[in-house]
Amino acid sequence: MSILLDKNTKVICQGFTGGQATQHCIQCIDYGTQLVGGVTPGKGGQEHLDLPVFNTVKEAVDATGATASLIFVPAKFCKSSILEAAESGISLIVCITEGIPTIDMLEVKLRCDQMGVRLIGPNCPGIITPGESKMGIMPGDIHLPGKVGIISRSGTLTYEAVKQTSDLGFGQTSCVGIGGDPIPGTSFIDVLELFQDDQSTEAIVMVGEIGGTAEESAAEFIQSNVTKPVVSYIAGVTAPPGKRMGHAGAIIAGGKGTAEDKYKALESAGVYTVKSPADIGKGIAEVTGW
Amino acid sequence: MNLHEYQAKQLFREYGIAVSEGLSASSSNEAEEMALSLNVDKWVVKAQVHAGGRGKAGGVEVVSTIEEVKEFAEKWLGNNLVTFQTDEKGQPVNEILIETCTNIDQELYLGAVIDRASQRLVVMASTEGGVNIEEVAEKTPEKIFKQEIDPINGPDDSQARSLSEELGLNALQADQFLNIFNGLVNLFLEKDLSLVEVNPLVITDQGDLICLDAKINVDSNALYRQEDVETLRDPSQEDPREARAAEWDLSYVALDGNIGCMVNGAGLAMGTMDIIKLHGGEPANFLDVGGTADSKRVAEAFKIILSDENVKTVLINIFGGIVRCDVIADGIVEALTVMGVEVPVVVRLEGNSADKGIKILDECALNIIPAANLEEAASLAVKASKGVS
Repeated sequence: MSILLDKNTKVICQGFTGGQATQHCIQCIDYGTQLVGGVTPGKGGQEHLDLPVFNTVKEAVDATGATASLIFVPAKFCKSSILEAAESGISLIVCITEGIPTIDMLEVKLRCDQMGVRLIGPNCPGIITPGESKMGIMPGDIHLPGKVGIISRSGTLTYEAVKQTSDLGFGQTSCVGIGGDPIPGTSFIDVLELFQDDQSTEAIVMVGEIGGTAEESAAEFIQSNVTKPVVSYIAGVTAPPGKRMGHAGAIIAGGKGTAEDKYKALESAGVYTVKSPADIGKGIAEVTGW
Repeated sequence: MNLHEYQAKQLFREYGIAVSEGLSASSSNEAEEMALSLNVDKWVVKAQVHAGGRGKAGGVEVVSTIEEVKEFAEKWLGNNLVTFQTDEKGQPVNEILIETCTNIDQELYLGAVIDRASQRLVVMASTEGGVNIEEVAEKTPEKIFKQEIDPINGPDDSQARSLSEELGLNALQADQFLNIFNGLVNLFLEKDLSLVEVNPLVITDQGDLICLDAKINVDSNALYRQEDVETLRDPSQEDPREARAAEWDLSYVALDGNIGCMVNGAGLAMGTMDIIKLHGGEPANFLDVGGTADSKRVAEAFKIILSDENVKTVLINIFGGIVRCDVIADGIVEALTVMGVEVPVVVRLEGNSADKGIKILDECALNIIPAANLEEAASLAVKASKGVS
């Protein structure tokens, strides 16, 4: 079992013929992803990576039956690309691109919600169901099919959590990078709910970071809705207030969004927290007794 | 990206938002000229820096002679203003704003910000203006009134009306407020702002609404389509190393410690700072080399890290997803060789092509301390920073 993505999910890629997209699509195909084609406006009718290229998402969906789209287009085109996918019958959109203006995301998020489309990202590593399929830029070989569900706002910290749970032999059901932007398409709560309902997921790792109050909201949700053990690490205890730490979302403004606040909220919701990013795997061993 | 008050007020004027009459000057002669041209007998003079708390620091004064305007200009132009929001060096003053003096009857607060929780642009107003609004929000949240702007349909006049009622404005002021509210929302959406604050928005002794201060932050991600706004950037207000890093697409924030950090990914970069601290060390910086790091950017990152004289050790922590560790390793070897780096460099490589990367580092004859994992990397870096081997 898994969430959102499995070996049968038919995936297209928007921005298919670009350099980054090509490199990562090759790795996705190697991993087992059912990539069935791609979209690059103006290049419809060509072939790329032995797959058909279409001018529009609608054409791609009609021809291939794809239900998921992996987006690599430049930030300035993302709003229209995401909306095009959502309006063309795609139900799962993963947007890797970093640097989308926040005002664009306000409208994109609302429209996706109204259409019932699941958007993951932007500015994220994507999603992987180990041993089956991946839509994203994560290195496949550190993953292991298993029983831990991982959610994270950061790409490389997700890899850290994955490696530790693989090294200890626990493995993962699915790993979702929700991205570091202020307005993410999918929240911690959305993914926590999916993991709670997924029978194969026995424990959950949630990696947060400073900024916003998403972790505090997640803590409230966990307290009343999640019965599976949750281990959490929050990055940025040492970050100075008011400074943007790389991710557009990682800023502590007006005393809100500090790592201390988030730890406190999570701990009072019964979450097992670790203060070092190197202790995530150990935390899982501790709460589960594995 | 932040704007100066005088720049923000210029944008306010373009959107028909009432502000005091004022002009900016970069020399004391110009200040005199501007003050005379305003044709009043009392002025407010304000030092222009990217920081709050200017009033308490002496950066804002009310003066009633031209000599005092010139004195103020001479005192601040070319010097640094230190406020509770700056570091101990302060921010350089290159421009002062000279405004007509407004007689205040009441101080209000007006702000707009992207609220992550509701995922909307939210306009906030309060009767408690002229004070620290975060404090008001914490102690008396009922005194802050909010309206969420619909991302598709935009603002509705009833929202401004509802706020003016809560602020207790009279009919004339409510009309003025509607104008300010719509101007502010349009400015926010059209110029891709991330924050606007008017603190205070005042009711003058004549009963009119006017914006006495103006603070604007712009969404850096949107500068590609805001060329006019980008020309307002003032690099003198930015940390020179941060500005240089930005030119190379590196994300750098200077800190107070002595362990320089080079990490890929913002989350892991913060995590690396955290684990250094847990091991008893102090990070000298946050630095994300990004997902497309090549040897040139690694070299540039080294230069920026080492331009901080406090750095006694460098910790490189790379978990290759997009980036390949062998490419990073080549960059490290090249940079160390060319620059003759003397401080110990602890390196942890993991993920994409890590084996090849580690081999490259093993085979070079440089002073590199390899680490098998994050825990060990932090421990070795902290020891090295304290001169223990």
